[in-house]
Amino acid sequence: MNRYTWQTFILEAVMVLVGVLFFLPVYILVNLALKTPDDQSSPLAPVTNITFQNFSDAWSQANLGQALLTSAFVTVFSVLIIVAISALAAYPLARVTKRWSKWLFFVFMLGLLLPFQLALIPLYTTIRDLGLLGNPISLVLYYAGLQVPFSVFLYTGFIRAVPLDYEEAAAIDGAGPLRSFFSVIFPLVRPITGTVIILNVLHVWNDFLTPLLYLSGSSQQTVPVALFSFVSQYVSQWNLVFAGLVITIAPILIAYFAMQNTIIKGFASGLKG
Amino acid sequence: MSSAESRSLAVAEAAAPVPPLDRRTRKFTARRIGTVPWWFVVPALVFFLFVVLWPSVQGAAYAFTNWDGLSATKDFVGLAQFERLLKDPGGVGAVVHTLLIAFAITVVQNLIGLLLALGVHSKIKSRNILRVALFTPAVITPVATGYLWKYLMTPDGAINQLLGFFGLGALQHDWLGDADVALWSIVATVVWQFAGYSMVIFLAGLQGVPEDVLEASRIDGAGPFRRFWYVVRPELAPAITINLMLSIIGGLKLFDQVWVMTSGGPGTSTDTMSTLIYKNAFQFGDFSYGIAMALVLTAFVAILSTAQYKLLGKQGGTK
Repeated sequence: MNRYTWQTFILEAVMVLVGVLFFLPVYILVNLALKTPDDQSSPLAPVTNITFQNFSDAWSQANLGQALLTSAFVTVFSVLIIVAISALAAYPLARVTKRWSKWLFFVFMLGLLLPFQLALIPLYTTIRDLGLLGNPISLVLYYAGLQVPFSVFLYTGFIRAVPLDYEEAAAIDGAGPLRSFFSVIFPLVRPITGTVIILNVLHVWNDFLTPLLYLSGSSQQTVPVALFSFVSQYVSQWNLVFAGLVITIAPILIAYFAMQNTIIKGFASGLKG
Repeated sequence: MSSAESRSLAVAEAAAPVPPLDRRTRKFTARRIGTVPWWFVVPALVFFLFVVLWPSVQGAAYAFTNWDGLSATKDFVGLAQFERLLKDPGGVGAVVHTLLIAFAITVVQNLIGLLLALGVHSKIKSRNILRVALFTPAVITPVATGYLWKYLMTPDGAINQLLGFFGLGALQHDWLGDADVALWSIVATVVWQFAGYSMVIFLAGLQGVPEDVLEASRIDGAGPFRRFWYVVRPELAPAITINLMLSIIGGLKLFDQVWVMTSGGPGTSTDTMSTLIYKNAFQFGDFSYGIAMALVLTAFVAILSTAQYKLLGKQGGTK
């Protein structure tokens, strides 16, 4: 079992082939974005004379600079709020054994079952009546509430596994509950904070339907919506479209390749159940 | 106390750990030193109530009215919106498409994800880079993968070119323009994107498979399938549950890829509940009909995910 046999070699060959096949669409995406529109070669043939014209055209025509800024604003602030309120809420839910704590946890978990489509339409009218349509702040508020159940779930499970001794020591040294939370609990649960951040950043950055509704008609669009309206205008100019796609997925891919181990572990550990 | 003293104290403590307090003493200690105050949950609860719980209750109520989303009046119409849905071929079609999509994605994505995980969880030298490569599509914005595959699937796109190159011209197709095939083309796109996601969760489960038991059963003459079924599968039970849950819910709610690839077309052949909710509520101004559909979707999500949890929960218990 521990030796590299000929069976292992065959498995290796098959898996590498599968890996290449899986990665092929990403290769085509980048390859085509670098080709000139009149380049008639097959999308699989490597680019011969590289052009960056598509990128600068896509950048200006899709207003991608603005979109990246809006997406960054929405992502950073909603994830900050999610982490703060979920970790804080999970602390009593994990530690207090009274009935209200169990009930509240159950109510939060109910949120995992409700599809966002149900709340989407009534919430849209509320946001509209508050005059927040077209304002990215509406998205920050939305994600902060939407992602609470899942994040509370992850934090509560993790805090339950932390031994009480640390808080007891802190309490004996005179720390109140807030101090205990910030100086003892929050630093101890750093691994799950990593998972919560990764999962929420990806969800908020990639989400399409909500920003499509809440920001429609305004000049501030998130990346997926800017991409959507850009492609609707330039349907058949695939070199241009692909350059736009490459620009918008670049921030995620760079972050992913830089921290692939942490990110993959974060996904796995958070979702193992 | 000098630092040397405290250090030796710490060493002594580490050497002879204090026996853990029993439950009752612990509870008592916790109460004596002050419990965690309830108001810590208030900020999260406020956001949750405002964004999820209250609008969901409102939504469930509006489904029984004829509200158009704008006018001040709304009348209670009972089950009329649901009767409309039953009589609307487009609505019934969307329900059928949604169930087909969720079922196909759940089966195919998890099967491929499991095979990939078993392949990567081995002695092959490329396992680390393969894991990274196979997971890459899962982090890409679904709108972007939708457009990427829309291009690959055009009549003169890369897929048909590849098929032609390998002499398989007979299999060439208008993948998104043919009403019989378009739904499955979307499923293929989603499976490509998230098979690596399933793989990563299965891989985490595979870490718990005891190597010595595998080795022992191999010596006892168990073939690869029996080894998988009796040694590996029980360890994978939690990973299977979470994977099925994620793909069922993801498949039922699918919107992004459908919207950018076909917008529900050709005709209504790829309309899902999510695209129809969007169309009805925000393009046709038929708010309460859209909400009635959302309520039906909610019922599907709740029933199917609870059912699979109950079913597999039992299986996991017999391990």
